Amino acid sequence: MSSKKNNSGEARGIGRPQVSQYLERFGVFLVLLAMILILSVTTTTFLTSRNLLNVVRQVSVNGIIAVGMMFVLLTGGIDLSVGSVVALSGVVAAHFAHPGEFPLIVPIAMGMLVGLVVGLINAFFVVRTKIVPFIATMGMLSIAKGMALVLSSGRPISNLSDAFCFIGRGNVFGFFPLLSLIMICCFIVGGVIQRKTRLGRYIYSIGGNENAAHVSGIRVGRCKALAYVFSSLFAALAGIVLAGRITTGSPASGDGYELDAIAAVVIGGTSLNGGVGSIWGTLVGVLIVGVLNNGMDLLNVSSYYQQIMQGVIIILAVLLDTRTKRNA
Amino acid sequence: MSGPIVLEMIDISKTFPGVRALDGVNLTLHAGEVHGLMGENGAGKSTLMKILLGLYQRSGGTIRLRGKEVSYNNPREAIADGICMIHQELNLIPEMTVAENIFLGREPLKNGFVDYKKMCRDAKELLETLHLNIDPATKLRKLTVAGQQMVEIAKAVSYDSSILIMDEPTSAISEQEVEQLFNIIRSLTAKGVAVVYISHRMEEIYQICDRITVLRDGQMITSDLSANLTEQMLIQAMVGRTLDQYYPKQYLTPGEVVLKVENLCLENKFRDVSFEVHAGEVLGFAGMMGAGRTEICETIFGIRRATGGKVTICGKELKARRPYQAVEVGIALVSEDRKLYGLNLVGSVRDNIVLSALKRINSNAVVNDGRLNRVAKEQVERFRIKTPSISTKVSNLSGGNQQKVVLAKWLLCNCRVLILDEPTRGIDIGAKTEIYKLINELAAKGMAIIMVSSEMPEVIGMSDRIVVFSEGRQTGTMDHLQATQERIMRCAMPRKEVV
Repeated sequence: MSSKKNNSGEARGIGRPQVSQYLERFGVFLVLLAMILILSVTTTTFLTSRNLLNVVRQVSVNGIIAVGMMFVLLTGGIDLSVGSVVALSGVVAAHFAHPGEFPLIVPIAMGMLVGLVVGLINAFFVVRTKIVPFIATMGMLSIAKGMALVLSSGRPISNLSDAFCFIGRGNVFGFFPLLSLIMICCFIVGGVIQRKTRLGRYIYSIGGNENAAHVSGIRVGRCKALAYVFSSLFAALAGIVLAGRITTGSPASGDGYELDAIAAVVIGGTSLNGGVGSIWGTLVGVLIVGVLNNGMDLLNVSSYYQQIMQGVIIILAVLLDTRTKRNA
Repeated sequence: MSGPIVLEMIDISKTFPGVRALDGVNLTLHAGEVHGLMGENGAGKSTLMKILLGLYQRSGGTIRLRGKEVSYNNPREAIADGICMIHQELNLIPEMTVAENIFLGREPLKNGFVDYKKMCRDAKELLETLHLNIDPATKLRKLTVAGQQMVEIAKAVSYDSSILIMDEPTSAISEQEVEQLFNIIRSLTAKGVAVVYISHRMEEIYQICDRITVLRDGQMITSDLSANLTEQMLIQAMVGRTLDQYYPKQYLTPGEVVLKVENLCLENKFRDVSFEVHAGEVLGFAGMMGAGRTEICETIFGIRRATGGKVTICGKELKARRPYQAVEVGIALVSEDRKLYGLNLVGSVRDNIVLSALKRINSNAVVNDGRLNRVAKEQVERFRIKTPSISTKVSNLSGGNQQKVVLAKWLLCNCRVLILDEPTRGIDIGAKTEIYKLINELAAKGMAIIMVSSEMPEVIGMSDRIVVFSEGRQTGTMDHLQATQERIMRCAMPRKEVV
């Protein structure tokens, strides 16, 4: 993005660039490169177009959720309800997606409506009643999950229209997964909102110092509310995409997705205190999680160990991040 | 009345980076006396006491306790030697009981478990010896502020303290409670305890203190029996500073009234505050810390909600319930606490400068980075902000430059009223002069400025008119020609009858 370029240009203008500055800006990116390099050497299958497209496909749902999650984390909050929103929007969308019933727009609209409503409720409790985000969204995690179970009677909703399933399974240009294209669009939209709109600037400033933002005449409550709504909307979109991909609306889908999304955003350098983070970092974080899982699959590491590795990577990435920032 | 010397602090000095906080201060305490410690904000009272307690390490001088040289690294060591301080902000735990608070960190044990029975019994005994009617099993938060203060005193007494330091103990309690506090102090001194009593309130000082020491700018100005010191002498000692610093004030003919405040009230903070600020005028707010000046500013700005009164701006009534509403009509507030209310420290210089004016700089929702950069650069030049680039993090700038960033932010908003709350606090002399020059420029452009300052020479040097506050009331209004430090101090001292 152009502002990024400006920044680095100026940093160069004032004196010689320092290694720590590069480390601060590109730290996680280097981690990703290193992982790709290692896997390219140790496996024959990693660096094939087939596998790379597979990685991109696998990270898409998490990527879409992560974009939304980033808004909330930037304000200094947290949204634990996204996993359940994925399940609920998937179930609701699937309900309207049986072949020959409604045009494609209806299941999509209904799924997104779920996101809107959940987001508004989260925003209400966090902004108006001032319940801490952790608790408010943890409550919503349970509520939305329960609603998904109620609406589906606990059973996956299958027999979905081809058009609906195409969202999650189809390719564009004959080879590129549509759901990955959707993810890329989400990153562009999210990035533009964060970097290019007043709202985005306000969200960064709120995370940086909520008091100062308030006193600077910013409508803090409104901005925070929008962050929660965005988070839920992106999660709802992810739910629709996922339902298409697995050709069912399953109340069990989305379990634990909130933690994967938080992990990706945090690995990407967004501070849980808010105010710091970039959309590029989030993209890199999402890819790191994806490449890690893919690589261990290729190396025949059992999925139990994969869990352990993901935990280690999260802690190491954040450690690296805080270290380089302290030194910079 | 007073017994042998218990404590001598001799030639104490303390330097902080760039500041000489204490310079050769002497303080002598006798057993059984109440020793008043007075001085303006920043005179060095707290620093001196913190050195005694081991919270700060002194740069020079000696401390003798009963003739023996001592030096403490932390308050625990001081407490062990019987020196205790009751801080202005109470250090008690609201969710614990009175007894638990008193014995925190040294709970009586029985078989390795806390012996609550003994703890309660001991606490009750202790409270009774102080004639306090407090149940040791009550949770602390259920007590009034005065009650909590009494518990803090009881705690100090339970350490068998021979020296008790009280920092403005009456700032938050009522008159009857003051009487009770004084009774306790007298019963302690009767047992030979020496009390250091820090206060701004004249009548209390005369009522309770046997001896008074006055500090000013880190130096001891006078120390004598209170009977030998008149009120006039004390005020002179506190403010006797010469106006040697250069204030580049330009006096202009003020324009029409921009901001008018009538009978503004906020419960428990201030009442019946009325004043006007004209275009091109600097109105100084003088007073002691806690006089309610900051609260008045925050109420006008919509951070707090007034419980009465009226604010008009350019003839139109303002009912700001949130800061953004005040910003919309052209009010700007440079807060006293830069880090808490002024800046996004993790953000860049540019992000901070353009924050409040984003709407004005960009009429549509999408932000134009080029324009933002240009505007930010202009502001950096105009305010002579010393920063490597506009993308530097604000936290890397000096205090003076940070303050300029806050000013630059507000002046992008085309505001009509600028409220500056302690604009030069924590800023070095050079940057101060620059801030003063900026204030001049802004006034020359017709802005109405309110400047809160606890530094009297600054208020006198930079204001066209001065309002003095004391304990939430307006106690004097004067123009710069009539203002003297003595006159302001007389109005600012808390007292029952207003002169």
